[in-house]
Amino acid sequence: MLELTDIHKSYLGRPLLDGISFSVAAGETVCLLGASGSGKSTLLRIIAGLEISEGGSVLWDGHDLARVPVHLRDFGLVFQDYALFPHLNVAENVAFGLKMRGLPQAKINSIVTESLARVNLGAFASRRVTDLSGGEQQRVALARALAPGPRLLMFDEPLGALDRSLREHLLEELRQTLQASDVPAIYVTHDQEEAFAIADRVLLLHDGCIVRAGMPAEVWREPGSVWAARFLGLGNILEGKSLGNGRVDTKAGVLETACSHDHITGEPLALLIRPGAAASGKGANQLRGRVTDVVFRSPVYRVTLADGLAFDLPTAPQMGTEISLRLPASAVECLA
Amino acid sequence: MKGIKDRGGRASDSLNQRFDAPLTRRIALWLPASLFLAVFFFYPLGHILTLSLDFSAITAGALGRSLSVLGFTLFQACLSTVLTLALGLPAAFLFARYRFAAKALLRTLTAIPFMLPTVVVAAGFNAWLGSRGWVNIALMRLFNLDSPPLVFGGTLGAILLAHVFYNTTIVVRVVGNALAHLDPRLEQAARTLGADPRRAFWRLTLPLLRPSLLASILLVFLFDFTSFGVILLLGGARFATLEVEIYLQAVQFFDLPLAAWLSLIQLLCTLAFSVVYSRAVTRTPGPSAPREATANLRRPQTLPQRLFVAGMAIFLFLFFIFPMLSLPVRSVARLEADRGERGQVRYGLTADYYAELFVNRSETLFYVPPLRALGNSLGYASLTVILSLGLGFPVAAALARPGPLERLLDPFLMLPLGASAVTLGLGFIVSFGRLLVSPWLVPLAHTLIALPFVIRSLQPALAAIPERLRQVAASLGAPPLRAWLVVDWPIIRRATLAAAVFAFTVSLGEFGATVLIARPEYPTLTTAIYRFLSRPGGLNYGQAMAMATILMLVTGAGILAIEKLRLPGSGEF
Repeated sequence: MLELTDIHKSYLGRPLLDGISFSVAAGETVCLLGASGSGKSTLLRIIAGLEISEGGSVLWDGHDLARVPVHLRDFGLVFQDYALFPHLNVAENVAFGLKMRGLPQAKINSIVTESLARVNLGAFASRRVTDLSGGEQQRVALARALAPGPRLLMFDEPLGALDRSLREHLLEELRQTLQASDVPAIYVTHDQEEAFAIADRVLLLHDGCIVRAGMPAEVWREPGSVWAARFLGLGNILEGKSLGNGRVDTKAGVLETACSHDHITGEPLALLIRPGAAASGKGANQLRGRVTDVVFRSPVYRVTLADGLAFDLPTAPQMGTEISLRLPASAVECLA
Repeated sequence: MKGIKDRGGRASDSLNQRFDAPLTRRIALWLPASLFLAVFFFYPLGHILTLSLDFSAITAGALGRSLSVLGFTLFQACLSTVLTLALGLPAAFLFARYRFAAKALLRTLTAIPFMLPTVVVAAGFNAWLGSRGWVNIALMRLFNLDSPPLVFGGTLGAILLAHVFYNTTIVVRVVGNALAHLDPRLEQAARTLGADPRRAFWRLTLPLLRPSLLASILLVFLFDFTSFGVILLLGGARFATLEVEIYLQAVQFFDLPLAAWLSLIQLLCTLAFSVVYSRAVTRTPGPSAPREATANLRRPQTLPQRLFVAGMAIFLFLFFIFPMLSLPVRSVARLEADRGERGQVRYGLTADYYAELFVNRSETLFYVPPLRALGNSLGYASLTVILSLGLGFPVAAALARPGPLERLLDPFLMLPLGASAVTLGLGFIVSFGRLLVSPWLVPLAHTLIALPFVIRSLQPALAAIPERLRQVAASLGAPPLRAWLVVDWPIIRRATLAAAVFAFTVSLGEFGATVLIARPEYPTLTTAIYRFLSRPGGLNYGQAMAMATILMLVTGAGILAIEKLRLPGSGEF
């Protein structure tokens, strides 16, 4: 089991990682999700031993890895642009880690064949890696990292350079591969869809700290902060003041919320209203607004009102018209 | 050079649909340079070949001599290459991997020797380690010795040291560039796959550097193999290489057939090495993801790293600064008794050596004041500039938008690069022997040497002129000359100036061809320095130092000007 305690690292004099602690259990896939520059790649490199942290420790089964050099850690790392060895062919790339472990050639050959078959590249063994497409290179990188059977796998934005449809396809492959093995994995990305699709547990990294951790559905349901809700693109954020009894005064009027927290009257709050929560018609939590934009997003219409709030509606209203929407109190969430 | 070629080719592809000069015009553009090369390169080369194939002149003794000369040439080239690598590889590593104070300065310092004339380098080493150099004079004074304790001139060590001084920059540039652009994550990937640093180096870094290593080894070897001035001036006749032997046979023993035969061996060897070199370069696979050159740079952190960086930087600085600094300082220092002053030895600063340049001493071998040599050199250099630009411009213009004719003729243009300067000089002697009284042959030979470079530096600039701009200027009412002045000239001005400065400095510092064809009554700077260096006496020595200093300063200014004028990205080897 991997355990990180209170990792610190600064970059150009400013704190980049400011006390990171988490652990990864056997067979678990943990996803580090954060904006670019949030230090998530640096964290991976610290775990791999490629960089030295300024504080805190990396433990494996309780043993501190501080004095264990990179090549003895037995952690596989899939780099962002794959870092395939250009002077070696596909099979030789995959065999590299096995050779370093001094396995007999016959054993190496069989593992290479097996690894390449697992990523559907069986026919590519003797190809030059420079002749491969981006997706194929990514698969070779995965096979190369998997082949020596590392005790931990790490991925640094492994699908970042690929186009959308290929990314979805490879993500699915990767998910199945990780599920089939019980190797724990850490997956770093800035793409929340990728993170939610592959992770058993998501860690949201912001300002050098883990601001939210949990299963994808939990994080999606309760982002826990304005920043997290915005970063995850969950919906409209409205700022307002508590009027007590779950009622909040906002620029869109006074809204009833299903908030279970205790708020002092007059306390500033942020509300999250998910686009799918509204329905046309009148009722409690009435919202009125002029339609400024309508975009078809199958199977609904994303309708933007003059005050900037956006909702998904089953039918498209006329541009420029004034419409009324109602929000059930349960759809108005309070962000701490 | 490959880079320049590619640039020209690429830029022209998008343009040549719009520009189709008629064949007659293209032939006219090629004519002057082709005629020039035919008369002054191919005709002499043919002469050398016919002479060398007259085997009746090759006696058994001559054959044995040429074999031993070839053997020594190869031996010293191999040894020089190994030593150059021994200094160049750590230096390449230093520049490619570390940030440190005054790095740019040190890099420039290591690059300067490559452009310096051989006589300047020889004079520099002489002023540093020679029998009248700083080290020996300091040792003599310190220990009250009567003769210089350190023997430098006429030793193999002198030749090797000068070769290392010259060619280290090739290794630094070629290998250093490859190292700097190596993706650091490749090594990191190898480490995460279980390779310790040593195995990561042997399995990854070294194989990835192999093409650039091979290229730099061959290039250094080629330069060491064809080296002439350094060996003649520092080694003397004892260490005859092919080049030196050609010179001795042609000038001292007047055995032209033997000289031609040696030239043939030399040409064939050079050709073979060049073929291996170009094959090594073209087979280089590009890195999958070349990195920014700065991605690999870091400040030294651990103690061994700091020691390496500091030690290496200081050593490089001293190794490169000493010959270059010893020379100008020695040229204004009186350290020993002058001729005729048996008694009191005066020490101190002096401008005598420079003043003496204006004086025509009756006992000098040539009957002109040394300053005339400077005048001759400047005249030859100016003529070389005019000739090489005049011949090079039309060809560069034709090459800027190449057609079938250009592709056919282009390789012939570069052939003079393959022949050594001494071979060019020998060709002139065997072909134009009776014209040798004329001083005109010197700038012609210099033009031959400068022309390929002039064309290669003009061509990308000319290819970069957007044809449409000229058309726009014309459609706005500019007559052709006006259009040329406002569109073409601003674009090619820098390249033209750079080419001119290059031709000028090449002519000024040229030694190999000049020493064969320059008449004693028309000495150049380089031949005058050679004469002064090989004659006894403190005054002669001082004058050699003074003239070499002048040559070094002028060449240095030229190098600086070219660096400032150079188009970014062009002009690698």
